[in-house]
Amino acid sequence: MIATRIIRIIEDIVGAQHVSTADTDRLCYSYDATQRQHRPDAVVWPSNAKEVSLLLKMANAEGIPVYPRGAGSGFTGGSLPIHGGLALVMTRLDAILRIDEANLIAEVEPGVVTRQLQKAVEALGLFYPPDPASLKFSTLGGNVAECAGGPRCVKYGVTKDYVLGLEVVTPQGDIIRTGGETMKGVVGYDLTKLLVGSEGTLGVITKIILKLIPLPAAKKTMLVLFDSIDGAAQAVAAIIGGKIIPTTLEFMDGTTIDCVRRGTDLELPEAARAVLIIEVDGDVDLIEKQAATILQLVEPLGVVNTWVAANSEESESIWQVRRSVSPSLRKVNPDKFNEDICVPRSRLPEMIRTIEAISHRLQIPIVNFGHAGDGNIHVNIMVDKAEPGQEQKAEQAIEEIFTATLKLGGTMSGEHGVGVTKAPYIPMELDPAAVAYMKAIKKALDPNNILNPGKIFLQD
Amino acid sequence: MKRLDRHKSLADYRQQMDQCVKCGVCRAHCPVFGEEGREAVVARGKVALAHALLNGDIEPDPQLSESFSQCLQCGKCVRRCPTQVPVDDIVLAARREIVSRRGLSLFGRSLTSLLRRPRLMHFLASSARRAARLLFRRIPQKSGLRLRFPAPFIDRQRSLPALAKKTFRQRHPEFIAGQPDRPIIALFTGCMVNYLYPEIGEGALKALAAIGFNVIIPKNQGCCGLPALSAGDGASASELAARNLRAFSEQQPDQIVTLCASCHSGLTHHFRDLGPDYAALAERVVDINDLLVSQGFEEILQQLPQPAQKPKVAVHTPCHLRNSGLDEPPKQLLAALPTIELIKMKKANACCGLGGTFSVHHYQTSRQLGAVKANAVKESGADLVATACPGCIMQLQDSLDQAELPQRACHVLELVGEALAKEP
Repeated sequence: MIATRIIRIIEDIVGAQHVSTADTDRLCYSYDATQRQHRPDAVVWPSNAKEVSLLLKMANAEGIPVYPRGAGSGFTGGSLPIHGGLALVMTRLDAILRIDEANLIAEVEPGVVTRQLQKAVEALGLFYPPDPASLKFSTLGGNVAECAGGPRCVKYGVTKDYVLGLEVVTPQGDIIRTGGETMKGVVGYDLTKLLVGSEGTLGVITKIILKLIPLPAAKKTMLVLFDSIDGAAQAVAAIIGGKIIPTTLEFMDGTTIDCVRRGTDLELPEAARAVLIIEVDGDVDLIEKQAATILQLVEPLGVVNTWVAANSEESESIWQVRRSVSPSLRKVNPDKFNEDICVPRSRLPEMIRTIEAISHRLQIPIVNFGHAGDGNIHVNIMVDKAEPGQEQKAEQAIEEIFTATLKLGGTMSGEHGVGVTKAPYIPMELDPAAVAYMKAIKKALDPNNILNPGKIFLQD
Repeated sequence: MKRLDRHKSLADYRQQMDQCVKCGVCRAHCPVFGEEGREAVVARGKVALAHALLNGDIEPDPQLSESFSQCLQCGKCVRRCPTQVPVDDIVLAARREIVSRRGLSLFGRSLTSLLRRPRLMHFLASSARRAARLLFRRIPQKSGLRLRFPAPFIDRQRSLPALAKKTFRQRHPEFIAGQPDRPIIALFTGCMVNYLYPEIGEGALKALAAIGFNVIIPKNQGCCGLPALSAGDGASASELAARNLRAFSEQQPDQIVTLCASCHSGLTHHFRDLGPDYAALAERVVDINDLLVSQGFEEILQQLPQPAQKPKVAVHTPCHLRNSGLDEPPKQLLAALPTIELIKMKKANACCGLGGTFSVHHYQTSRQLGAVKANAVKESGADLVATACPGCIMQLQDSLDQAELPQRACHVLELVGEALAKEP
């Protein structure tokens, strides 16, 4: 419960209609895509940096936890109000402030939905590449806070590669600017890079300056079916090793194919045990040449069939196969544990083999798909929580998969972040001194631990 | 008396509610969320609230009613949902649950708030202009129109002009003979065609005559029940369903044809839950556009004479046809109609913003959604916007009027009827 006195203060800051303690609102801001629920004591919708600053100063004075959030579509609980307090909903700050065609930058507020910015810049022949699966509803603020990725990141890099500067309200309520509008800049620490991916623990983003690039002229989409998972994994290594970086290099394993077989336009024969969806973009001559080289490189690796899209409609049919994956997984089992490990690209075949071995040994279905081109695999451990022992089995599988990932030089999260769901595993990946270094930063900037407390690191 | 068959309870949807993984896809698609921006309005929020209501984790207070009232029943969230959670049905079940616990007053709250809001009154005045006197005097207590135009409001607006003197059903006998060897079809008129837009019914009769069908217009048919369901009044919806089941079972028609996308949904989708008799009747219900296309009506239309001047016509697809996979038939008829020029319109599939009782509760949002639509009509360069739902027509016309645009909204069957009437 939050004191009425505090609510009055918040009302004075944001206006009475922009704060709520109604059960309906508290319930509706209690979750994200992890499906865990923690009700905040109040929900606040600020409209500018000044209001955020006043709210954070008040929160420090009163010792109230503040949980910033965008669309609430994260997979690791980054926005969950696990200790109550305030849910700070940033979606009213939703203006595209400017698109500067001379300098190829855009300045936006954090509540802008990613796809909206992309549409706006694409209309001007420009391109903002990061493309998380949630791009039609997730916000740029959330993308920056989690350093979102996506299929195109193989070629174009992730969110952090496009953030030039930020306006941030510090945990103690100061409004600061980091980085700027220039392509270069080395004055002081690179706070922009520190804040991108800091999961809302080090500051509340109120403005973002993003780098844009020219929109590629054309693209070509291919779908290649392999007779073994190993063939597909080797194909990824062969393409990258062949010095070609496709725009996307998406992969689906045999179980995934079985899930999507019906309900796609393309025929996916039983003999196909893995799929690669490969897209190249750029000038027309270049992509024709790249596509031909790619098909040549993968040819000896057990190719069952190949489709090369002749037009955007056929390309759409290919992408539809990929998009139908997530919803169809429930055919395997009702509950899923979704991890997003990332390994060096050359180690992908080994990683896939290891996961298959774990799945086989623990007798638990594990479905793999994802961004093979950058070694980022979405590992979905499918269980039925209603069956006793299954959840424990899944946890064992996760731990074994993380161990194997780290042994291969990988990381346990490529793009989803740590939040609360991966916090227990942090010590597996980071050595104690590194964790202490991070915690020292957090403590220095947020001495009262009011901003998104309980995230990334387990509570001491 | 036999206990009335009930629609599913909220608890019956528990398993489907569990399928919601809170991914957030619905945030990109819910038109109401697009305007309001609050999570308590979007589909996954409503599922979370319905779940909490079912588990006793939240009180059925006015705020909860408010959240569940914020739904157009357009079904866009369901179509886009990766796990196909039937949020539209869950919202209706939640409304029934709240009404059963707290009484109708919660959703009927609009009556008082209505009288206090002049802009809302203006909307109802303009929408109901043609209908008011008739509504007041002759519309049965159980008609959905009562829910769309609450009586106390109409009472204060008596100066409004009257509608047609006779309702559609009063104009016609109960049986209209076609060719003896042709099927017998029963016509479900729906409230809006019967009381407000009889010309749509006239168009349908001309079309059915052209294909030689025998037509029954059962006198004791009633409202399809959708507005009652929309208001959370499950008891009235059950009563209306039972009445229609009797009315349409007596003469054993081959099929039952609807002229309104919402009535079609009321007699198919919402009938199936009620039991085997209802489900069997639902199987025989067919939308007029769908029926005509399946009877090769496009060929008949194509043979009609071409006028020198053709109005440009854009199509609006009603959500309730789209949800039944019936987007195409109205367009097919219009494409075949030589008296008009069919043109493309942006946002042709976007909801008009009426949403049954939604526009009564949330007129501002409804207006905003309607304005988007009116602008699309303007941009398209159309003279007319044709659709297959009288509810959409009412909202589209109001939106065009509010935007002070000259375009007119009409039913596909009106255009078909006019074309057939010109035939020598």
